[in-house]
Amino acid sequence: METYALLIAATLNAGTVLAIAALGLLINEKAGVVNLGAEGMMLCAAIAGFAAVVHTGNDWLGFAAGMGAGALLAAVFGLLVIWLGTNQYATGLALSLFGVGFSAFAGIGYVQDKLPERVQHAIPLLADIPLLGQALFRQHPLVYVAMALCVGLIWFLDRTRTGLVLRAVGESPEAAHALGYPVRRIRLVAVVTGGALCGLAGAYISVIYTPLWVEGMVAGKGWIALALTTFATWRPARVLLGAYLFGGVTMLQFHLQGAGVEVPSEALSSLPYVATIVVLALISRNPTWIRVNMPASLGRAFHPGS
Amino acid sequence: MTDFSKRSVIKLAALTAVAAAALVGCGKKEEPKAEAPAAAPAKAEPLKIAFAYVGPVGDGGWTFAHDNGRKAVEKEFGDKVVTSFVEKVPESADAERVIRDMAGQGNKLIFGTTFGYMEPMLKVAADMKDVKFEHATGYKSADNMRTYDSRTYEGAYMAGVVAGKMTKSNTLGVVASIPIPEVIRNINSFTLGAQSVNPKIKTKVVWVNEWFNPPKETEAATALINGGADVLMQNTDSSAVLQTAEKLGKRAFGWDSDMTAYGPKAHLGSAVINWGPYYIKAVRDALEGKWTGNQAAWWGVKEGAIDFVSIAADVPEETKKKLDEVKAGLKDGSFAIWKGPIVGQDGKEVLAKDAVADDKFLGGINFYVKGVDGKIPSGK
Amino acid sequence: MLRLEPRPQASKVWSWASPLLALVLTVLIGIALFAALGKDPVRALQMFFWEPLKSTYAIGELMVKATPLLLIALGLAVCFRSNVWNIGAEGQFVIGAVCAGGVALLADKTTGGWIMPGVLLAGVLGGMLWAGLTALLRDRFHANEILVSLMLVYVAIMVLSYLVYGPWKDPAGYNFPQTRTFEKVTQIPRLMSGSRVNLGLLISLVGAVLLWIFLFRTRAGFAQQVGGLAPAAARYAGFSSRKALWIALLVSGGAAGLAGALEVAGPLGQLTPYVPAGYGFAAIIVAFVGRLHPLGMVLSAVLMSMFYIGGELAQSRLGLPKSITGVFQGLLLFCLLACDTLVAYRIRWDTGLGAARKGQVA
Repeated sequence: METYALLIAATLNAGTVLAIAALGLLINEKAGVVNLGAEGMMLCAAIAGFAAVVHTGNDWLGFAAGMGAGALLAAVFGLLVIWLGTNQYATGLALSLFGVGFSAFAGIGYVQDKLPERVQHAIPLLADIPLLGQALFRQHPLVYVAMALCVGLIWFLDRTRTGLVLRAVGESPEAAHALGYPVRRIRLVAVVTGGALCGLAGAYISVIYTPLWVEGMVAGKGWIALALTTFATWRPARVLLGAYLFGGVTMLQFHLQGAGVEVPSEALSSLPYVATIVVLALISRNPTWIRVNMPASLGRAFHPGS
Repeated sequence: MTDFSKRSVIKLAALTAVAAAALVGCGKKEEPKAEAPAAAPAKAEPLKIAFAYVGPVGDGGWTFAHDNGRKAVEKEFGDKVVTSFVEKVPESADAERVIRDMAGQGNKLIFGTTFGYMEPMLKVAADMKDVKFEHATGYKSADNMRTYDSRTYEGAYMAGVVAGKMTKSNTLGVVASIPIPEVIRNINSFTLGAQSVNPKIKTKVVWVNEWFNPPKETEAATALINGGADVLMQNTDSSAVLQTAEKLGKRAFGWDSDMTAYGPKAHLGSAVINWGPYYIKAVRDALEGKWTGNQAAWWGVKEGAIDFVSIAADVPEETKKKLDEVKAGLKDGSFAIWKGPIVGQDGKEVLAKDAVADDKFLGGINFYVKGVDGKIPSGK
Repeated sequence: MLRLEPRPQASKVWSWASPLLALVLTVLIGIALFAALGKDPVRALQMFFWEPLKSTYAIGELMVKATPLLLIALGLAVCFRSNVWNIGAEGQFVIGAVCAGGVALLADKTTGGWIMPGVLLAGVLGGMLWAGLTALLRDRFHANEILVSLMLVYVAIMVLSYLVYGPWKDPAGYNFPQTRTFEKVTQIPRLMSGSRVNLGLLISLVGAVLLWIFLFRTRAGFAQQVGGLAPAAARYAGFSSRKALWIALLVSGGAAGLAGALEVAGPLGQLTPYVPAGYGFAAIIVAFVGRLHPLGMVLSAVLMSMFYIGGELAQSRLGLPKSITGVFQGLLLFCLLACDTLVAYRIRWDTGLGAARKGQVA
């Protein structure tokens, strides 16, 4: 039984990265903007965060640096896409490629660096509960932040006026514009916030998850996060669960191997992607479902006065 | 206003392009000038040596160890050699271009430090018969190409001896890379070493299917620890496994190079590869005209290529003494790790009593010894 | 204050000048980068723009690298012009390589030369199959082709991985994950000795010509593009958007698959886990920088190859980091996208006077 508790703990940890990044991308997409540059943003944030901790020894500064890097890149992306009206997919891809190269470039001097000793966190009292304590209450604070973020987003999108405006911008920017809302500025804020969250996820990878810097260490998690928002039909709660599911796949694979169970690793590894395709097909099939689930203006540029 | 600005921007762009072309064209002339003075002095030209690395020099593991070997060559031969390297050369069609360029740039001795360069090196070797090629961990050679490798399993055995003593749960874990004989041999040797001091141990293995992927190595190490292992070994190239052990309060070993700094509390010892001695010999052979192809060198503790260093302070004295005995035995040939009786996972004897395995046997190991859990991944 | 004002019609001049300006900007930023790293910018530029052209062998290598980029980009141009966003060319490339490799493995020492075209055909069909999956999902389920094709890239890599670690592994290969080397008879014929340039180059150039004819001289090509530019008008004219979707994806899938086949039956000579080299993504940049025009794409494919090879040379000869190539490629696309705005918009300065006149211009 203890193994299951440990597996759950490991899955929560692995899924947190995906959850935070995907929730950030969710905010983007609710406003109607697709940012394919998630991978590049996360990598730049990872090196920014790592470097910050190397120089200051403070994890939280590292997270802040990561968020800053993500926000900055997202802002550049946002300006190009929202104000200059460049193609969202191509610009996102350019950001991805640039981010991969630039992070490798900037990180050259940090490859052999180590961070000060990583602390094992535990919530007092709760952590001592047998089984449950091990499964749930010995995580890094950011794991709980991810959960709080999810709850916060649900409340924000469904219950606040600003959230409603954001969704309106995503569904019909023309209507929102006609109502007098500054559509482009709202989209920019959404993009920058999303970028900051992707940056936080990236910093988590290099500062907490695997406290090293290696180029390309995000290893595709940015793309998985993109798939995740679609898989979760743009709902925060589903994003969180999906993140644990996807994050858990690799952990599950290794745990099974360690337990002597032979698993075809490629089949397991491709599950998240296949699952996403299946879900996409299912929700897109019915035009009504798609309208209900997907922000209608996703991917389309908005030009006031056009 | 717009037409004017449009035209002026175009003019500016064109001017810049022309200026750039002119700069580049002028810059080109520098090269022939630099060549001339080099030809003037009559003394022997230094031997140009090039190294192709699959990973980054800063990986703290495999490539780092090779680069240390390169630096040893520079120190030993001074101005008789000129070395250079290219890092992160992928094991793909690109490798051929890089190696060919190295040969084309006047390098007469080229080291390829990973298995994946085998075919590209063979192709270039066939075309450039005056260049000598040294390929690590491969199995094909030619008149101007030979292979070299290190007996990493000796380091694995010594780590096993320490692991067997230090484990409290009697479960050991190995984070393994790709299921080739070298890695399986290391897992087995690790187990044999542990069994020599603690017959009760079991070894669990998790395959990450890559040489270098810190996040995946972290996950694999976590899975092993969650499954009960309290001492970990790795055949991957980063320090992630050691760092994970450090974080979770378990013990682990360094691999390829001394990794003490990455996990001071968890570190039990590092099985290091010292490529210096072999590289120095290869260069000396080339300088003295004694280099021949079609050979396979496999060096270990005896030749100074493998060592087990930085043993933790809390390892008991008797274990440290046993390690010294093993090293001495390997050096003078009186001790063999793969000496029968050795039993496979299925209980059947693979090596009879007192029989000593030869290199051919060792090179093709495709089975687990008794004490290792699980199956070797093969066609699924 | 800068302001963007839409042009009444797209500027033809900027259509051609924009990629050039983007290149110039990238080079300028590059010079700044090199200087910041303490390397001689002129020598570095030489590595990128002169060395890859210096000898026949060098040009040959440039062509070897440019061929898959060009082929895939040609297919992508059909897609993008039809407003079908195939981001998964990398996956189609891999599956094409896998199918081609599968046929190549069937050959033994007695097989005749007929197998080589068979290998290429298998590659085309493989790529088409993979792209067809995306087309099917978009056609039947209205699933967004960007996400589907992207996800299929990862699935394709897993398929390759499964095969080289499993059933197709070379039995004499010491358990290394790779197939055996393909027989000589399956290899794409080289165009000249001393160089790795092969038939693939000719195929891609012919492809460029064919694309030009298709896009600009045939009714079908016209119909294809109108579907992308003005779907309502296309429907009114009777051009089937469904047909356009399938043609776009099958053509680009086939092209990517062919590129994959040429790569494994050419320079690589076997299947390894390293077949996915990122060409499918780089080709997207090639397509954009080349303005989705066959001639433009030939030039941009050569340019991208110079970035790749130049990056390698800059690393081995100057000690510049390898990641420079990725930085440049990303920068080029960024600059291009930014400069492209000039095609559709003009930039206006608003001085105090201008602000007063603003009401009149709108």
